[in-house]
Amino acid sequence: MKYIPNILFLLLFIGAIVFFATNVKKLIRNINLGLDVDRTDQKKVRISNVIRIALGQSKMVTRPIAGFLHIIVYVGFILINLELLEIIIDGVFGTHRVFFPLGGLYNYLIGSFEVLAFLVLVTVIIFWIRRNALNIKRFATLKGWSKKDGNNILYFEIVLMLLFLTMNAADYQLQVLGAEHYAKADGVAGAFPISSWLIHPLLENLSQGTLIILERTVWWLHIVGILTFLNYLYYSKHLHILLAFPNVYFANLNPNGQLDNLEAVTKEVQLMMDPDADPYAAPEENTEEEPAKFGASDVTDLNWVQLLNAYTCTECGRCTSSCPANLTGKQLSPRKIMMDTRDRLEEVGKNIDANNGEFVDDGKQLLGDYITKEELWACTTCNACVEVCPVEISPLSIIMDMRRYLVMEESAAPTELNNMMSNIENNGAPWPYNQMDRLNWVNE
Amino acid sequence: MSEEIKVPVMADCFAQGKQPEILFWVGSAGSFDDRAKKISRAFVKILNKANVDFAVLGTEESCTGDIAKRAGNEFLFQMQAVTNIEVLNAYEVKRIVTCDPHSFNCIKNEYPSLGGKYEVLHHTQFIDELIKGGRLKVEGNTYKGKRITFHDPCYLGRSNSEYDAPRNVLSNTNADIIEMKRNKQTALCCGAGGAQMFKEPEKGDMDINVLRTEDALETKPNIIATGCPYCNTMLTDGVKNKEKEAEIEVLDIAELIANS
Ligand code: SF4
Ligand code: SF4
Repeated sequence: MKYIPNILFLLLFIGAIVFFATNVKKLIRNINLGLDVDRTDQKKVRISNVIRIALGQSKMVTRPIAGFLHIIVYVGFILINLELLEIIIDGVFGTHRVFFPLGGLYNYLIGSFEVLAFLVLVTVIIFWIRRNALNIKRFATLKGWSKKDGNNILYFEIVLMLLFLTMNAADYQLQVLGAEHYAKADGVAGAFPISSWLIHPLLENLSQGTLIILERTVWWLHIVGILTFLNYLYYSKHLHILLAFPNVYFANLNPNGQLDNLEAVTKEVQLMMDPDADPYAAPEENTEEEPAKFGASDVTDLNWVQLLNAYTCTECGRCTSSCPANLTGKQLSPRKIMMDTRDRLEEVGKNIDANNGEFVDDGKQLLGDYITKEELWACTTCNACVEVCPVEISPLSIIMDMRRYLVMEESAAPTELNNMMSNIENNGAPWPYNQMDRLNWVNE
Repeated sequence: MSEEIKVPVMADCFAQGKQPEILFWVGSAGSFDDRAKKISRAFVKILNKANVDFAVLGTEESCTGDIAKRAGNEFLFQMQAVTNIEVLNAYEVKRIVTCDPHSFNCIKNEYPSLGGKYEVLHHTQFIDELIKGGRLKVEGNTYKGKRITFHDPCYLGRSNSEYDAPRNVLSNTNADIIEMKRNKQTALCCGAGGAQMFKEPEKGDMDINVLRTEDALETKPNIIATGCPYCNTMLTDGVKNKEKEAEIEVLDIAELIANS
């Protein structure tokens, strides 16, 4: 009987971890549905970017208020989780504040966790107000699950922080009362600069028995809450807490303006331009590759970094609020490009799960069913979205790959663009002027 | 015809066994667009004044293919690129300067993997170099006391992180340089990029060039300075849309320097 809580805790803990690991495996499988792209060069630059941009959040502070608040929650979140280690050990072995022997340092740590928890609590409330009451466009335009998701995490944080503080207050009162299992021979374990005035006054008149029930209840709720939070991530934009790091590491390091040159096209162009090539030669037999598809019409035509981008997107909307097309009322929203890509990728993943590991054509694709031509053609390739993204996502690269598909596979460019392109083809300029007149400007 | 300008052609230089210091890539806009041709001429005036040994490809130049690439036509882009690279390599070109940030970006970043490796400069970078090297003196007071605001071209700024060169050059004009609220990394596009110049915009509430012109007008400028022929057109149209063309000029940095 005595060990039931310990066993229960262990089962719960292992269950949560296993469930989380299953989802991580799915996540990795889905990302690997993307095409290969090599991002293993310049390791030093990549590591320093991770430290600066992911860990140091250097791109967040370009919007100082939101950036500063975000850093509080982030630092608070990470440091308070150090306390988790103690909670887990206490849970498994039925100990009480097992790190207490650290002495002064221990009190200092618990004290600062409390302060952090309080700061997080206040910040999260400010976030909630920003998100829901201030009518900030990049939040106001979120609908459905995305809107709920944004708020869910805030509620989660509020509840977790309150549980943490209540747990401390009840624990402290039990120590003061000298309750068995709680009281330490040599003083009080922990320092409680926040809960002592925020929560403790409410508990002072409770009996020892009630206090123990309260303490145990919030202790359990707190740890269950954290394990739920962990497993909620996979379904949420908050996956960025984990994925921001690999995403920044594998980000494109070339100048933003540089668009990749499609190798498959290079081969064909070489063949076309080569005077020795026999235009009627039969294509080589048994070539291991199937004929390349130019550009992207579905998520599996994108590369794996683009898919990682989609899972990492925080849905913060900084990109959309900087996008010239969106600012002038066009359909295009770079955030939506990322969210659509993730939604479609999830759909493809579920399809694979449901069909024993094989994708069965569902008659849908990213192009058309999620992202429309109208959105794609509104992009000015200005790179504002790429520049502003705090986690180094490139919505533009997906837009470009889909344009490539529209033009090279479907010849579906707007008419004016087709005219422009045939001018280039015929006279080497986007307008119908003769190449022989290229020097006339000198004498005008 | 305005002032006499000297524009050597690469084929002639080559025939005489001369290798110019730099190749001026004029670009399609600079060759054919009426407004942009003036920018090409202004830039050549600067080159002539600084005695720069340069040449153009003339009729051997063809569209970089950049616009086709941004429209999604990788085939056409690579055909254009390979054609141009053949010409450039035959003349053993090492250094290229251009007034068009799109050509600048394209030749600098996208030609190398197709066999075209050159040092590529935007004209504001080259003018900056000429001034710093003492080869070009800007001493007139044409713009003294004028308010100038500079619009960052996306393909120079965000695309290639060059924000200083145009500002350095402008600081030689004795004008007051006033930044728009969205500038450098956060500058708003003029609306022409990504082949938009060649098509009608999608449905929306307003045109991008008008929104950007509003940014510029907030600085109460006498002159809006640009560094790209397409931005120039877009903002000129924007100023007309706001019926301010009598008070506000839209000028390329090359024109500002050539006139001062
Ligand atoms: S690159 Fe395209 S999607 Fe991104 S901000 Fe510019 S116009 Fe919008
Ligand atoms: S792409 Fe980047 S900037 Fe845009 S919503 Fe996602 S995280 Fe935010």
